[in-house]
Amino acid sequence: VNGIQSAADPAGAHAAITSDLFGLFLGVTGLFFLLVLIFLGWAVWRKDRGSQSEQRLRLTVAGWAGLITLGLFVLTIGSYFADRSLAFAGAGQPPVRIQVTAQQWWWQVDYQDAVPSNNFATANEIHIPVGRPVHIELVSDDVIHSLWIPNLAGKQDLIPGRPADLDLLPRRTGHFRAQCAEFCGLQHAHMALDVIVDTPEQYAAWKAKSLQPAPPPQTPEQRRGYAVVTGLQCAACHAITGTPAYGTVGPDLTRVGSRATLAAAELPNARAWLERWIADPQAIKPGNRMPKVPMSSADLHAVSAYLETLQ
Amino acid sequence: MRSLALLLLCIALGGCDRESHETNDPPLPFHQGDLATTTTVMAGGTRPAAFDPRIEHYQKNAWHVSEGQRLYEEFNCVECHAHGGGGIGPALIDDEWIYGSSSPQIVATLIQGRPNGMPSFRNILTEEQMWQLAAYVRAMDGQLAKDVPPSRGDNLAGPPPITLEKKPKLHDSNDEAGAR
Repeated sequence: VNGIQSAADPAGAHAAITSDLFGLFLGVTGLFFLLVLIFLGWAVWRKDRGSQSEQRLRLTVAGWAGLITLGLFVLTIGSYFADRSLAFAGAGQPPVRIQVTAQQWWWQVDYQDAVPSNNFATANEIHIPVGRPVHIELVSDDVIHSLWIPNLAGKQDLIPGRPADLDLLPRRTGHFRAQCAEFCGLQHAHMALDVIVDTPEQYAAWKAKSLQPAPPPQTPEQRRGYAVVTGLQCAACHAITGTPAYGTVGPDLTRVGSRATLAAAELPNARAWLERWIADPQAIKPGNRMPKVPMSSADLHAVSAYLETLQ
Repeated sequence: MRSLALLLLCIALGGCDRESHETNDPPLPFHQGDLATTTTVMAGGTRPAAFDPRIEHYQKNAWHVSEGQRLYEEFNCVECHAHGGGGIGPALIDDEWIYGSSSPQIVATLIQGRPNGMPSFRNILTEEQMWQLAAYVRAMDGQLAKDVPPSRGDNLAGPPPITLEKKPKLHDSNDEAGAR
């Protein structure tokens, strides 16, 4: 039940409210289920043991109807208050504003600020500070997707051409996993997202770092990798801030070395996996939109050496 | 009766080829020297182009055509060619082009670029993507088999190219008289 992707282990205000409501429903309906079973057992037991008076039967049925009414009242009132608390959770504080764009099959993440120079982009990873409300604007670029971060909030569908949003209020730090929750094509099952709840200090440091351009290559191998990335097809789709790579079709790679995972939380971010992914993306996620770019193995090593330094 | 039904089923299943797609195609051989040349006008008609298996491979497959459509939007072909109607660049919904309108010729145009604005997409698109794009562009001017491209596009479309239609009959007063 405890885990990085579990609605039963809430780490945010919204998930906690929903989880409590689920507990209430489970308790009330469980109690009634138990009562029904007891009555059923009793009926079986007394089948051959004479009849009862009409008076007592009427009393029992009336009592049963009263109990059901009471139970429904409890559930209705519980849902009402859960709904109100969901609507007002985190109100009154300025939220962190993020736009998440779902694409087949990865997540584009844009941090938005009133000051345009404080905007930056990343992909497949959201960092948020603990205790501060987060307002996520959801956009879909192609088909219907759904964002579900079970530990923090309920799911929200992303329908093309229809803006939606999702509010979060993380209560404790940790590393969580979100998933696309609406079938969206071949690689739907491999379309996940890392959600990292930082302390406010960690978050501020991460944000300050993300606003910097990518670090320049240092060693000769890294320089060779840089030349390949900016000279070949990579740069046509991917962006690395501060370099001639400014494609907008694929995930932003400015901080790719610092992410926990690769390919929409499909692979651990390790050198060997990075090389395998670049060498043949279609072997790992068949049908994904990244083509195989032919390059020599020396170039491949150089590219992964360079991408690893993008922290 | 049963054998007829079986035959019909086989024919129907044969049609499913257009949807199949290998996500990991083995790379098709391609060298700089292979680049198609533009059509040259010769006495007695043009020489038929050499057979290229890639033409059929990409043009007969709905998946490749739809990938081509995605690339057409993502790599901003729309900027100059609009959705086929042209503007800054030439229209793509007709079928007779300056630098040739066969798939290999379109790929050559994508690789080399052309004077007066068409940029080279060498090292921007992979070779497979260029063939997909070429297949989609061919779909725009109605040159693919009817079952491959979607029957109705997402964008405005013109009438089919005149050159592909039967020549309209000249006005014939005798016909008109006969009809009466």
